[in-house]
Amino acid sequence: MSTINETRPADALRAGDSQADERAAAAKPLGGIAGWMDDRLGGAKGVSFLAKKVFPDHWSFMLGEIAMYSMIVCLLTGAFLTFWFVPSASQVVYDGSYVPLQGVTMSDAYRSTLAISFDIRGGLLIRQIHHWAALIFVVAVFVHMARVFFTGAFRKPREINWVFGTVLSLLACIEGFAGYSLPDDLLSGTGIRAMNGFMQSAPVIGSYMSYFIFGGAFPGEAIIPRLYSAHVLLIPAILVGLFTAHILLVFLHKHTQFPGPGRTNKNVVGYPLMPVYIAKAGGFFFIVFGVIALISAVVTINPIWAYGPYDPSPITAGSQPDWYMGFADGALRLLPGFLEFVSWGNFTWSMNIFPGSLVLLPLMWTIIGVYPFVEAWVTGDKREHHLLDRPRNAPTRTAIGIAGISMYVVLFLAAGNDLMAIKLHLSINDITQTLRVLFFVAPPVAFWITKRICLSLQRADRQKVLHGRETGTIWRYADGRFEEIHAPLTPDERWALVQHESQEPLQLTAGKDANGVDSPIARKERLRAKFSHFYFRDRVAPATPSELEAAHHEHGDHGGVADGGHEAIEPAGAGAERETIKADKQLD
Amino acid sequence: MNDNETTDQGTGTSLVRTSGEGREVLPASLITGVDQFENPGLPPHVHRAADDDPAAAKRAERQVATMFALSMLGTLVFIVSYFAVPDEATFFFPGIGLAKTQNVVLGLSLGFSIFFIGIGAVHWAKTLMSDEEVVEERHEQASSPEDRAKAVAVVNAGVESTQLPRRPLIKYSLGGALGLFALPLGLQVAGSLGPTDIEELKHTIWDVKDNGGKPIRLMRDPEMTPIRFDEVTSGSVFHVMPETLQKYLDEGKHVLEAKAKAAVILIRLDPDLIKVQKAKDWGVDGVVAYSKICTHVGCAVGLYEQQTHHLLCPCHQSTFDLTEDCAVIFGPAKRPLPQLKITVDDAGYLVAPEGFAEPVGPSFWERAR
Repeated sequence: MSTINETRPADALRAGDSQADERAAAAKPLGGIAGWMDDRLGGAKGVSFLAKKVFPDHWSFMLGEIAMYSMIVCLLTGAFLTFWFVPSASQVVYDGSYVPLQGVTMSDAYRSTLAISFDIRGGLLIRQIHHWAALIFVVAVFVHMARVFFTGAFRKPREINWVFGTVLSLLACIEGFAGYSLPDDLLSGTGIRAMNGFMQSAPVIGSYMSYFIFGGAFPGEAIIPRLYSAHVLLIPAILVGLFTAHILLVFLHKHTQFPGPGRTNKNVVGYPLMPVYIAKAGGFFFIVFGVIALISAVVTINPIWAYGPYDPSPITAGSQPDWYMGFADGALRLLPGFLEFVSWGNFTWSMNIFPGSLVLLPLMWTIIGVYPFVEAWVTGDKREHHLLDRPRNAPTRTAIGIAGISMYVVLFLAAGNDLMAIKLHLSINDITQTLRVLFFVAPPVAFWITKRICLSLQRADRQKVLHGRETGTIWRYADGRFEEIHAPLTPDERWALVQHESQEPLQLTAGKDANGVDSPIARKERLRAKFSHFYFRDRVAPATPSELEAAHHEHGDHGGVADGGHEAIEPAGAGAERETIKADKQLD
Repeated sequence: MNDNETTDQGTGTSLVRTSGEGREVLPASLITGVDQFENPGLPPHVHRAADDDPAAAKRAERQVATMFALSMLGTLVFIVSYFAVPDEATFFFPGIGLAKTQNVVLGLSLGFSIFFIGIGAVHWAKTLMSDEEVVEERHEQASSPEDRAKAVAVVNAGVESTQLPRRPLIKYSLGGALGLFALPLGLQVAGSLGPTDIEELKHTIWDVKDNGGKPIRLMRDPEMTPIRFDEVTSGSVFHVMPETLQKYLDEGKHVLEAKAKAAVILIRLDPDLIKVQKAKDWGVDGVVAYSKICTHVGCAVGLYEQQTHHLLCPCHQSTFDLTEDCAVIFGPAKRPLPQLKITVDDAGYLVAPEGFAEPVGPSFWERAR
């Protein structure tokens, strides 16, 4: 077990530690190719800067890496696919090797996708890696986003990077939608058909939007090449550009770290890029790529040959988009039809479609994007934050996040209302009605439960600091009492539980100007005070040394165990007087 | 007002933290002399087996090398099987079913050849590379006041040199030019993206004007054979296209555009079940035809529940009741499916004498005009 170094300040190096600079000093002078390059580029400075860059370790920091790597896998395999895919809606008769579709009229896009799947050796593998990587990319983006949110990593100075990330996640979804629409199979064609309906639902300009995007009447021959140029050129260009900026800002700000002994807001404790993170993060790229390839080897994704070519007349039961579009599809299933109406002038307002299709995505992402600025305004906090919050220590933020997620989950479940009805033998109408209610009920309930759980966990932390950790050892006293022995925390163990600050609500001091009139500013500040009250009204302050001291005395008074109370780990001979019942958990 | 609460006292409103003594709330680690725990500092470094025991280090080295060797093996298997596995070979994969041999073998070998490089590298980093944590200092993100002043001076000097503040003519004309130059580009894209014929949204190829005013025969989709009235037995369902589609099929042009609005579903019900007189009148002895394009977002309403006489759209589960003239009884659609009036011609075939009376498919802004 670790011992405690009480005297060393937080930022000090250990006896064996060395700064990266000192290590570099012993290196050989540059020669050969590296020297040739440095003569022309002067990159040595940058290399040493990068090589000694420190990254903290935590499993949750790998979520962003998964997103980054699966995106790279998408770019790589996507480039391969362009060699064979033909982005054309012109109709051809299939004569490839997939027997069931021979002689069928289909678009060239669908024919070439069949060719990739059946006639190009390894083509199916590349296609499946591309699709799986895309699915994993969007999952990883969202989970990474949740990690950043719940740990408060978006706070100053990282608000800009949060906005970049928000835009990236939206683009990832749109990129995915454009991609799975390209093969022009029956399922994706049905998706495009629905997209046409979304366009038409826009007030005033809807019909024109549809004709602009489809280059005439639906489906036309323009949509496939247009989606293709968006999918392989426009969106990836923005995606890669923003992603580069995203990563550069991580380097600029230095990575956040979880609180721990020796970790402060003024330092970053971890391993240097060279060699540890090159090996770990570089190795992790291969692990992500390898796992995606293994999945693609054995699990079929998007078997377009089973759907057939797009035709507006037939349809498959259980038509559903890829998972990341599920919540929008679910919103469309929940919106009741009566919201559509015809106004004066005989204009049709498709309010049963428009809010769930064209409004939902921009609205949701705007709310996500502005959150850091709202929270910063409420807290009035202008400081830089490099130490992450444990989610329990920001109960209101965590509860807001879970409430948002619960809303998202309701919409997502709604996209599977037909499947749930079939698999669970329930009425689809009941499921839909229930989800309609849940959309409004679930978020406040989730908010309340989450906040209570966070506060309870904070109280548990306090308890643990003040009264020690439960050891599982139960003592029976001579008078017949039973008591579980609590072991005091070491300062290292304790630190993570007490290091956070617990903000109190802001309070108005004066609401009037010199003449006793409420100023508009005062109104704004009153609103802010209200929000602050909402955020910080319920709070559990971290334990303090004096409280710990007091707890010791209290135990000393009634505990009946000499010298430090019953918190001693070692019974130290006192055990002879008592009968000790050992629980399954042993003391170390 | 300045948001920095604690410094802004006196006039107007200010917010202060209520924690008393006027102290600013700072990270616990920065506060001294208050009742808070001290950061205990970095814990001591714990050695790993390979740090002290050469045998363990040697073992780790061999493990890493084994991973890299397995990667090479995977690569080799991929190259061999790329040539060796025939395209059409399939096999039974336990737990998954019939699988394409080539995809599975190539995928697994490629996957393992990549995966083991990663595992090897990470194992190497975890067992042999230094695991002593390094501390790097952070600095305030903001530039120093001097640097800020310098930047302002440089920019101001630049602006001064352009003489822009003294030459409003340039300032406003430049603003105008920059503000307007994107218009042609925007106009080009917006104007040329597509022909817009909004009236076309209301038109289908069931319109008898396209057929010289003659009634249009109902044809089976996709066989394109006419449907005799007596072939429509009770409870049967036909997917129908108009006779006029044949012209498009022959020319091979705009087939899908025509089909996208023309799809019709034909069902024979017990006439007594039909509760709406118009629906009865527009059908023939319980045989009724409705647009198959959902009035929600336009999916094909392809699911017919024979017991309940409901039509269900598989996209968003809008449910239409055939006995109620296809009114919406559940789901996100608002309007009923438009009915196609049908009769029987002299040869006994089903025909549509008038086309649709209203636009089919999803709603749009100008639909009711």
